[in-house]
Amino acid sequence: MAPDTSAVALPAQPERSAAEPAPTTFTTVIEPRLGWAPLRLGELWRYRELLYFLTWRDVKVRYKQTVLGAAWAVLQPLLTMVIFTVIFGHFAKIPSDGVPYPVFSYTALLPWTFFAYALGQASNSLVGNANLISKVYFPRLVIPIAASLAGLLDFAIAFVVLLGMLAFYRLAPTPAVLALPLFLLLALAAALAVGIWLSALNVQYRDVRYVVPFLTQVWLYATPVAYPSSLIHGPLHLVFALNPMSGVVEGFRWALLGKTALDFPALAISSSVTVLALVGGLFYFRRMEQQFADVV
Amino acid sequence: MSDVAIRVEGLGKKYRLGANAQPYQTLRESLTGAAAAPARAVSRVLGRSASANGNGHRPDFWALRDVGFEVKHGEVLGIIGRNGAGKSTLLKLLSQITEPTEGRISINGRVASLLEVGTGFHPELTGRENVFLNGAILGMSRADILRQFDEIVAFAEVEQFIDTPVKHYSSGMYLRLAFSVAAHLEPEILVVDEVLAVGDASFQKKCLNKMEDVGRQGRTVLFVSHSMPAITRLCRRSLLLRYGHVVVDGPSERVVDSYLRSEHGSTAVRTWAERDGAPGNDTVRLRAVRVRTMDGTIANAFDIRQPVGIDIEFEVLQPGRVLVPNIHAFNDDGICVFIASDHDPAWRRRPRPAGRFVSTAWIPGNFLAEGSLVTSVAVSTMDPVIVHFFERDVVAFQIVDKLDGDSARGDYAGPMPGAVRPLLQWTTEHYSNEGPRPLVAEELAF
Repeated sequence: MAPDTSAVALPAQPERSAAEPAPTTFTTVIEPRLGWAPLRLGELWRYRELLYFLTWRDVKVRYKQTVLGAAWAVLQPLLTMVIFTVIFGHFAKIPSDGVPYPVFSYTALLPWTFFAYALGQASNSLVGNANLISKVYFPRLVIPIAASLAGLLDFAIAFVVLLGMLAFYRLAPTPAVLALPLFLLLALAAALAVGIWLSALNVQYRDVRYVVPFLTQVWLYATPVAYPSSLIHGPLHLVFALNPMSGVVEGFRWALLGKTALDFPALAISSSVTVLALVGGLFYFRRMEQQFADVV
Repeated sequence: MSDVAIRVEGLGKKYRLGANAQPYQTLRESLTGAAAAPARAVSRVLGRSASANGNGHRPDFWALRDVGFEVKHGEVLGIIGRNGAGKSTLLKLLSQITEPTEGRISINGRVASLLEVGTGFHPELTGRENVFLNGAILGMSRADILRQFDEIVAFAEVEQFIDTPVKHYSSGMYLRLAFSVAAHLEPEILVVDEVLAVGDASFQKKCLNKMEDVGRQGRTVLFVSHSMPAITRLCRRSLLLRYGHVVVDGPSERVVDSYLRSEHGSTAVRTWAERDGAPGNDTVRLRAVRVRTMDGTIANAFDIRQPVGIDIEFEVLQPGRVLVPNIHAFNDDGICVFIASDHDPAWRRRPRPAGRFVSTAWIPGNFLAEGSLVTSVAVSTMDPVIVHFFERDVVAFQIVDKLDGDSARGDYAGPMPGAVRPLLQWTTEHYSNEGPRPLVAEELAF
């Protein structure tokens, strides 16, 4: 029976204050939004710890109750590489820029696998976290971003295998390897650019879930993973560069294998497409965000 | 800083029916027709436009409309209303989960909302990992969680299992851990939904205690609950929502009273206009049961200090039987608090003539504990034993302890268990500073 309980025991005072119209500065004002909303990326930064924890959760949970565990991170690109090597390298005799075909395809499969994973995870992330969206407020963008980032661990593991392959084929990296993080960032941006669109669409139209695997498959063949982009000539070459992933894949080959020159115009086109899609996706996402909790 | 913590003005939230009920498009289309029919009826009743969106066959539904109120810093506001009255929508708007269609909410301070406990808990992660994850989701920083980690685990009483995946937890442990994280949030404004409706009775008590602490620390709390005792105890002021409007805003006991009166279709009175179909047999029929105050006013809620009168009106059709009216009172936990038989000497062991009788049982003030009481009534004959009728749960009423300081709780504001709360006669003897006088043998003998 501490003395402070007496405050609670005071008789009720129902009066609604009409007397003091003291000007108040409110920290939060919630109002209906009309049209396009600002991106508020600063708010996203304030929630970076949540981003960290959600990414960490996705990483932790990813290989629970699997026998092979993180070996899957290596097996997926590795097996694809073996298949590609047999079919495209051995039977179809597709040229590989003067590099042994296994290294040639694995170098491209590395960012591709990350991209495909991040894209798939981001697309389903909002629906998969519906319970969070309908119960707690935070910038919704955290969810697809965290889902994409979780793929970086797989990438890192698979990258170690690449280092082994480079050593095996006695391919020494050139200084260009320093640009690699940039291309990884570009791959992440590409995955987010598409993933953010699809995740927001997925909330309303669950068809997206069935579109994504098909999209990824088609996209793989539209990207110079199994073949070099040098196979494509003429004006078609620039159309080909519209694909954000063609810039990433060729960038990886350039940075790691150093056998080809970097095609700057093509890279500029594909990076611009990525940035445009990303910015558009961010605005679209912010616009649709207000309905997520009601629809998901 | 102004003393207003939350200001809500002209707040409205419109749902397009069918759109939120069924996320899958194809399925939704087929269900829209069925879902819209009752809603259209509701809109008609409310006089709201059914086709503001132009396509006519998919009416809008205002889950909340023209809602306005202010909450001061340190105030604990209760929100009550029937399911679908708009309580959850209001909380979702206040916690920024969904956006209003019109109006404005201004908030002054850091808000944390608890619409459920354990949001984001992942079954594969350990208790420790989930504390960090859930804390981050609720808006705690890593440093905050680290600082309070031991306390959180101790409160939840799961120390030995903290490194076990929560999928192996019992549901009780799971809830305790989840609530414990939430309880250690330190917001200036706390928005809580029916969190207490989970878990066993002792866990609910613990939660309620914690809520009281929060209120006492001068935080602003908005609290939705179906538990009327919790509302009257925690909140001095409450809002009653009905069909998305605030219909009563005032002291909690008044709001609770009008809630019970309106939403439960006045459980304080039950009458049987026709003799046929009324409970009873050829000897006697029940015609009405009323809960009333000393001056005859029908009431749903009573101050704990006031006596409660229960009228049993019955009609004797066949004269010549000794009849004993009796009442059975049950509390929130379903415990029978008492059974009482009419022992009015005027009619004790006396056969009744035909005609109408009204027996009134007076439950004294300062006797029942706060909470709701559901009463069953019966009229029996003892020799031979015949139960002419036993009508279960006929009327219900609420006992409210206002914390004015002169009920049995005194100045204590916390939860008080017990089926009854009698105001006992206390006596005090004071001895001077030689310490307690040793008891003498003669005084111990009765």
